[in-house]
Amino acid sequence: MNLLTISGSPHVHNDQSVKKIMFGVIISLIPAMLVSFYFFGLPSIILTLTAVISCALFEFLIQKYLLHTEPSVTDGSAMLTGLLLAFNVPSNLPIWMMIVGSLVAIGIGKMSFGGLGKNPFNPALVGRVFLLISFPVDMTSWPLPQNFTTSLTDVVTGPTPLGIVKEGLKKGDAMADLMTQVPDYVNLLLGNMGGSIGEVSALAIIIGGLYMLVKKIISWHIPVAFIGSVLVFAAILNLVNPALYVNPLFHLVTGGLMLGAIYMATDMVTSPMSALSMIIYGVGCGILTVLIRVFGAYPEGVSFAILIMNALTPILNKYIKPKRFGEVVAA
Amino acid sequence: MGGVHPEENKLSATKPIEVFPLPQKVYIPLSQSLGAPSKPVVKKGDTVKVGQLIAQGESFISSNIHSSVSGKVSKIDDYPDASGYRRQAVFIDVEGDEWEESIDRSPVLIRECNLSAEEITARIKAAGIVGLGGATFPSHVKLMVPNGKKPEYLIINGVECEPYLTSDHRLMLEKGEEMMVGISILMKGLGVSKALIGVENNKPDAISHLQKLAQSWPGVEVHPLKVQYPQGGEKQLIKALVNREVPSGKLPIEVGCVVNNVGTAFAVYEAIQKNKPLFERVVTVTGKAIPRPANYLVRVGTLVSELLMQSGYDENKSGKVINGGPMMGKALSTIEVPVVKGSSGILVMPEQESRRMKEVNCIRCSRCASACPMGLEPYLLATMSSLSMIESVENERIMDCIECGSCQYTCPSGRQLLDYIRVGKGAVGKMIRARSAK
Repeated sequence: MNLLTISGSPHVHNDQSVKKIMFGVIISLIPAMLVSFYFFGLPSIILTLTAVISCALFEFLIQKYLLHTEPSVTDGSAMLTGLLLAFNVPSNLPIWMMIVGSLVAIGIGKMSFGGLGKNPFNPALVGRVFLLISFPVDMTSWPLPQNFTTSLTDVVTGPTPLGIVKEGLKKGDAMADLMTQVPDYVNLLLGNMGGSIGEVSALAIIIGGLYMLVKKIISWHIPVAFIGSVLVFAAILNLVNPALYVNPLFHLVTGGLMLGAIYMATDMVTSPMSALSMIIYGVGCGILTVLIRVFGAYPEGVSFAILIMNALTPILNKYIKPKRFGEVVAA
Repeated sequence: MGGVHPEENKLSATKPIEVFPLPQKVYIPLSQSLGAPSKPVVKKGDTVKVGQLIAQGESFISSNIHSSVSGKVSKIDDYPDASGYRRQAVFIDVEGDEWEESIDRSPVLIRECNLSAEEITARIKAAGIVGLGGATFPSHVKLMVPNGKKPEYLIINGVECEPYLTSDHRLMLEKGEEMMVGISILMKGLGVSKALIGVENNKPDAISHLQKLAQSWPGVEVHPLKVQYPQGGEKQLIKALVNREVPSGKLPIEVGCVVNNVGTAFAVYEAIQKNKPLFERVVTVTGKAIPRPANYLVRVGTLVSELLMQSGYDENKSGKVINGGPMMGKALSTIEVPVVKGSSGILVMPEQESRRMKEVNCIRCSRCASACPMGLEPYLLATMSSLSMIESVENERIMDCIECGSCQYTCPSGRQLLDYIRVGKGAVGKMIRARSAK
């Protein structure tokens, strides 16, 4: 006689899995990937592959030989970390630095906390910030967009648009002059500017974000709160003194804002759980980003802003609860 | 708020109710409602008729049980019911089909009812009617409104949000008129002037049929509802129909509502107008592993195995047999268990759909919290429960959980959230009882 299977209810599942979510995010990154490969050529492809492979390999090795657990590399989360890490570095970064960054991202950023789902900080950003403060020169020499034939050696580097404005203002240049030195808004939107591999094209990233929204991989709360608060805060500054503070739209299409707001800040593991806390988290990211960009030492502040808000996530989760059904409102 | 959209799979929606053939024997369990088990009033060797009282509910929350067949009581002994526990049952060998003379077996519809509210409550109690939606709360207790509370609405639950199940749907289509009479009797019993019937939008035929009938019943309204599990949860239904939230730990009467299932309304009609106690009900037999899904009118005590055989059950193609729907039903360890008053359906799942996915770490995606219709945080409750943080889970309102399973249904990590939450609820319940005993 066949024995019947017994288990508690529910007996059906919506057929989603961690793997499907991770690969959904990876698919949504394809437009940004193609744009980057077009602008930054072969080196960017090699660097991206290096990061993806080394992140997956490090996770596999750590799980198998250090933790003695069953490797879970096939869930795609380490590959996604690698992809996002590569997207956050300049395309002429030496390969060995990329490998070290991958080790830090996976080894320290993720596995040291217990692996998937346990890390407090976004592993890709941990890797990026490690590289930024360890190798500041290599991490801030940005190849300018060439074409697909760019070789590994003869690249022209230059500052990012954010860097141009920041340095220019520091030297006392007029805002109007500075704006002539940066690409126009169409090029900024498309990504035709100096910057990290995957961050340059706001348009491609927004397309990916819309795909994730439709597929219900992410919700609108964090990106909208993040981008919206950058817009509002930067607009206020711009209204106060347009000669000192750049047009708020400039903030939206430059640097890693779109990549940060849509991909890095929405990382499920490190962002809060309820709708209200997601909005607070997004607004926090936005305000910190503008503060760092405008008043801080670095021209770009998205990574630091997100990492700081990552640290606040457990507190948000603890004190901001979803609205309970039948909650008695004190009269 | 919250909720999920599981595949509906209403395979038996177009199958008319069939009278199930009389079985050879029945095992009638004596615990068929919430509350205390009933006391047997027959003994081994007695001959009983269809509809004869065989066990009496003696405490406040308990109910009468009647024989569903005529024949001889072969023994009174413990037998495992659908929960898997051995409980006292009356075993009857069927001889003929002789009904109590007092039962009106004619199909004539009787609309008028001249009983008082007290008489209605007494007759419902005598007929052993319990909530047929699955919770089997004794129906007469719901009509006895506590002092100081005033019911405003009778809510009739025709939502049937569980996938696969269609017994309520068929009953609404085929016994709608009787149901309306039953609703009017319940309204009289409660002293309310308004009854709201909630039906999910995926049953447009039932909605239009009931809406047409409701025109001749003042105060009865039919409300189509959004298709969303668990729309048929008592608290969710009240919220959808009258936009009131039953406070945590309280009963629907707190917001002026009393909720009954459509099947219960039909049973009330039969009890009051036809003098027929509750001893048979409509049971859906369904599932992808069942060749002939059907809705059967079954005598209580008939074995589930007989229903399954009638529908072409093949044990080699079946992995799991569920008493109820796929979201809240209980998996049976054996199909040799009797149908009871609370059995709304038997679902058979093929082997390949019977196993859970492999569990991986929580990725904190918050899908469980978004899906929770009670606004709880299932990931947190499950983790705390697994760590025996009993006081913490109580503060996180674990007792509000209605065990609808939406969290586990939606978890991409395949976490067994509801298993842990049930463990936590059990521990908190124990702690609360110990506290009140002091």
